[in-house]
Amino acid sequence: MRLKTLALAAALTTAFGASHAVTLRVADVGDVQSMDPHSLNETLQIAFDASMYEPLIGRDKKMGLVPLLATKWTQTSPTVWRFDLRKGVQFHDGTPFTADDVVFSFKRAADPAGDMRGYTSSMKDVRKLDAHTVEVETLTPNPILPDVLTNVPVMSKVWCEANKAEKPVDRRKGVENTASFKANGTGPFRLKERNPSTRTVLVRNFNYWDKVESNVDEVVFTPIGNDATRVAALLSGEIDLMQPVPLQDIERVRSSGSFTVLQGPELRTIFLGMDQKRDELLFSSVKGKNPFKDKRVRQAFYQAIDIEAIKSRVMRGASTPTGLMAAPGVRGFPAELNKRLPYDVDAAKKLLADAGYGSGFEVSLNCPNDRYVNDAAICQAVAANLARIGVKINLQTETKVSYFPKILRRDTSFYLLGWTPSTVDSHDVLSALIATPDDKGQGTFNLGAYSNPKIDELAAKIQSETDDTKRNALIREAFKLHQDDVGHIPLHQQALAWGFSNKVSLAQLPDNRMFFKWITLKTR
Amino acid sequence: MLAFILRRLAQAVLVLLSVAFIAFMLFQYVGDPVTNILGQDATPQQRQQLRADLGLDRPFPLQFARFVVNAAQGEFGLSLRQGRKVSSLIAERLPATLELAAVAAVLALAIGIPAGVYAAIRRGSVGSQAMMVLSLLGVSLPNFLIGILLILEFAVVLKWLPSFGRGEVVALGPWTTGLLTVDGLKHLILPAITLSVFQLTLILRLVRSEMLEVLRADYIKFARARGLPTRAIYFGHALKNTLVPVITITGLQLGTLIAFAIITETVFQWPGMGLLFIQAVQFADIPVMAAYLCLIALIFVIINLIVDLLYFVVDPRLRIEKAAGAH
Repeated sequence: MRLKTLALAAALTTAFGASHAVTLRVADVGDVQSMDPHSLNETLQIAFDASMYEPLIGRDKKMGLVPLLATKWTQTSPTVWRFDLRKGVQFHDGTPFTADDVVFSFKRAADPAGDMRGYTSSMKDVRKLDAHTVEVETLTPNPILPDVLTNVPVMSKVWCEANKAEKPVDRRKGVENTASFKANGTGPFRLKERNPSTRTVLVRNFNYWDKVESNVDEVVFTPIGNDATRVAALLSGEIDLMQPVPLQDIERVRSSGSFTVLQGPELRTIFLGMDQKRDELLFSSVKGKNPFKDKRVRQAFYQAIDIEAIKSRVMRGASTPTGLMAAPGVRGFPAELNKRLPYDVDAAKKLLADAGYGSGFEVSLNCPNDRYVNDAAICQAVAANLARIGVKINLQTETKVSYFPKILRRDTSFYLLGWTPSTVDSHDVLSALIATPDDKGQGTFNLGAYSNPKIDELAAKIQSETDDTKRNALIREAFKLHQDDVGHIPLHQQALAWGFSNKVSLAQLPDNRMFFKWITLKTR
Repeated sequence: MLAFILRRLAQAVLVLLSVAFIAFMLFQYVGDPVTNILGQDATPQQRQQLRADLGLDRPFPLQFARFVVNAAQGEFGLSLRQGRKVSSLIAERLPATLELAAVAAVLALAIGIPAGVYAAIRRGSVGSQAMMVLSLLGVSLPNFLIGILLILEFAVVLKWLPSFGRGEVVALGPWTTGLLTVDGLKHLILPAITLSVFQLTLILRLVRSEMLEVLRADYIKFARARGLPTRAIYFGHALKNTLVPVITITGLQLGTLIAFAIITETVFQWPGMGLLFIQAVQFADIPVMAAYLCLIALIFVIINLIVDLLYFVVDPRLRIEKAAGAH
């Protein structure tokens, strides 16, 4: 009954008070899994929940840091950051925001039940100095703590305690949690209705502490999984904005004239990795030795790949070929190094012959087929390219739910992966993808165990170097070493594609987070 | 009669157990949800810990035994993807699927049976020929294609009907229905047509061929000879006798309607169980997948039971045989 009344009320408002209810209807391929901002580390969820729950520090449209719930942050000693909190901010239920909420939220995010621990793992202690000042002590000097904290939203301590939501939902114990379907943050939008997988409705928080660029009063979010249906819903005017637009439909949406497709490079870098650790590859015709240990073989593979053809045929122009493992926009990105080795089949053949594989060899390539844009098709193109230098690829594509457990067990010789550094910082790329794997969290996704001790040393230095210029120089050096080694084969950054009606104006960020506070809707 | 029902129920339990068993064997190959849950920043230790906490590292017989014990108590655990109770997730989605399937079934029967009778009586006429050609299309076009074509025509080009979702629903206690609002009904039209097309054409062709068969039977000739009105012959005698196979097929098809609503639900983003299942598969959300498969098996079993009981109503011979066998 409630739904009906609400819809009726909305209809009446549109009929009588034309300028009032501005409703933005958004569709995404998937649903937001939970309203709990500490429960799942996933782009869509982080961005959506950010409309209701804010972190201390946010990002502007150029990915620069801006104050949100903290007005100022300073490093008082190498391992201590101090945050001055914004005064006069209220949660949606009217309770004031204080230092207690920050201390509580950081501890909540660190709870083993949730999946945001990665962001709080560098913290040793969180202290309240007074009602509007907190201090975070880190285990080691951490110059990028403010960047990391953009991913840790603040919840109300009082509300969480009153609603028995002191911890994120624990799937292991099988007890539901109020915070999964209710929300009480400080953000520019409040949760009005939550119908998982059907519709989630946000309304403007008119008590928000800041001016909001958006004129949207209400956001109706609907997941539409089927590509064709999502496009149809946009074209028929049932939704105003959706993402992603499937590559094959971009032209069609554009050509209709009343819609825009905004394409921008995403921060995610797609690359190929090779097993460089085992003495004999698990899945190859070469026995008794590992061809990928030879740099010439890796380079031959690299130079045999026609990245421009992949861009034009597989990605329909929607990719940016790259020579680096990090994307432009990632902190410390050394632009001058972003050059690919030239595509040169003859050179590749020669390199392979020099390495002793003149007649080629066989190796399996593992690839997901539902994770990245056209991932399986990219692998097919790579296989076709490598066939030209005599390398026979046994292509194995599979769904992400079986692919990731397999490659994380390192049951692979040659694989495709994509990576967005969640801190938007080069150190994340170096430590997760390039550093020698160890049991302390380095190289967790360096699945081929590429190893260069010099890079490991540099990564450790970068982690605690607080001077930006020195830090960037170290990052540059590390990326250069990796490039010279051909440690991985970077391919491209895929493009984001948001489709929307011409009534909509918005800001698109390269981390693919859609913020409703920057979306305005033209009303007649 | 009671013994018959009890025997059927015992069989049902066996069927459910075997479905659950097969489902669990399959789960060994669908991959695991740990990477989906923990994201890219987790350490291998955290992943291993979660795997252990969720019981995914236990041997298959143990996992299965635990599932059966819990399922017998109606407890399917929490969805790994949504962190909510599987039972409440399914309870939320069940009305949408049942409503869609019921409307599709009514459409299929209400159009399929009269059309089949017509095609049989007016065999060879232009109308009947056209109907047969169309029905061939209906049987052979894949479901999702019909859905997409309908969306393209009625939502994108004509803008008459909505392309996705269930629209405005009214809650009647735990049940939600879209049948009571104009918006809800509008949203129901395209998915219901899409889902019913195959069944409709199947019923049409079945009724037609059965009817043609019956019309050749001696008792129909006698009835004609006695000068009974045509209406009484066709609908009182002929149609009734064609119904036994139609009921069997329709009953089984109702199960298929519910189970294979998956495709229609995916195309129309219809928030039913099929969509829930597809999303669960993509995430390897094992509790949801297991509960769904068991529920679908249960629905099939129940429908079969009802179909068997309906035979007694429609076909008096069965009642006599049973009575005869009783002493």
